[in-house]
Amino acid sequence: MPRTLVVIPAYNEEQSLPAVLKELAEQTPEYDVLVISDGSVDRTADIARAHGAHVAELPFNLGIGGALRTGFAFAVRNGYDQAVQFDADGQHDPLAVATILGPLADGADMVIGSRFAEGGAVTYEVSGIRRRAMKLLQRLVRRLVGQEFSDTSSGFRSFSRGMLEFFAVTYPVEYMDSVEALVLACNAGFHVREVPVNMRGRTGGAPSNRRLRLVYYYVRLLVVLVVSTTTRKERARRNVLRHTADDTGGDS
Amino acid sequence: MNTLAGVVLAGMSAAAHVLVIVLAAAVIAFIVVLVRSRRLRAKYSVLWFSIGIGLAILAIFPGLLSWVSDRFGIAYPPATFMLLALSFLLVLVLHFSWELSRLEDRTRALAEEYALLRLELDERLTIHEAAHEPTTDRGSGTAPAEGGDPA
Repeated sequence: MPRTLVVIPAYNEEQSLPAVLKELAEQTPEYDVLVISDGSVDRTADIARAHGAHVAELPFNLGIGGALRTGFAFAVRNGYDQAVQFDADGQHDPLAVATILGPLADGADMVIGSRFAEGGAVTYEVSGIRRRAMKLLQRLVRRLVGQEFSDTSSGFRSFSRGMLEFFAVTYPVEYMDSVEALVLACNAGFHVREVPVNMRGRTGGAPSNRRLRLVYYYVRLLVVLVVSTTTRKERARRNVLRHTADDTGGDS
Repeated sequence: MNTLAGVVLAGMSAAAHVLVIVLAAAVIAFIVVLVRSRRLRAKYSVLWFSIGIGLAILAIFPGLLSWVSDRFGIAYPPATFMLLALSFLLVLVLHFSWELSRLEDRTRALAEEYALLRLELDERLTIHEAAHEPTTDRGSGTAPAEGGDPA
């Protein structure tokens, strides 16, 4: 049985975190849980500790990308075979963790839980603008990596050991990290797959983005992705080199 | 017009000429002070010294600017100065953005490392305490009840 770590980035999530951790402990007690308190100023870290999770406390807010890197580094250093990225706001179902871990056994490096793939479902509303933005991203990603993904921004993902070692040092730290990470992994030659999952509405907190800010971040992401096409091969090769260097470093 | 006087003064009054020379000298002196007190890193001092010396040369020979403008067909010499100054500032700001990105990367890496080290320390201390608590408990409270050796 592979050792599995559930990585939960959390920024001021004391409202929703107890239910999420309780559910994980009851339904999937075989997985270890790491909560990364991303500069939270509420009781996020205390609550996570009280529920028996490992807790890494970042001294200030790094954003989800930095929190995930921390989680991946923890997984690598503590010998986990695979990890799952899991939301602190309750929209991911613990029972679906096994679903997105499944393809890792068949050689996948990253598995994306998709709300929109055949068989997946969303039990909450996605606004029109958001849907159109997602469609555009989907098309852009298909052009960049030559593979179809129905839910490029899903934050419900699993990672193989090799993917974790790679992402522990290269995971994008800018906002909207998930799309960039997907492109990065594909271009570096990792095997990325998608499986349908159900997602729920958030149990606590509001979506953190004002519309204008979302537009700004979206444009910024487009710039990053378009620029990445110009250095695609070179960067991918360099990252793969770094990746293999890390591998040999770990083995020796 | 005498060519030497033309290059040196370029129609500037003697008072204005002295003023710009004093200003340029003050800039250089200020850079020296900053570098000496180590408030300006050596890697930036070369940059700023070049600027200071460039300013001093222009202050001493204002006609130089007119000459250069003439060569490039710029009718208004101060525009040449503005062009140079703007280009320099643009490059400088770009450099600072680059430097800032690098600093942010390093700060983030430090924050991650700090969080992981603290997590490890906390958990080791917890295990350590858990391993020692039962013995201290027994020693203070329950030892007499178990009654082995009261001495």
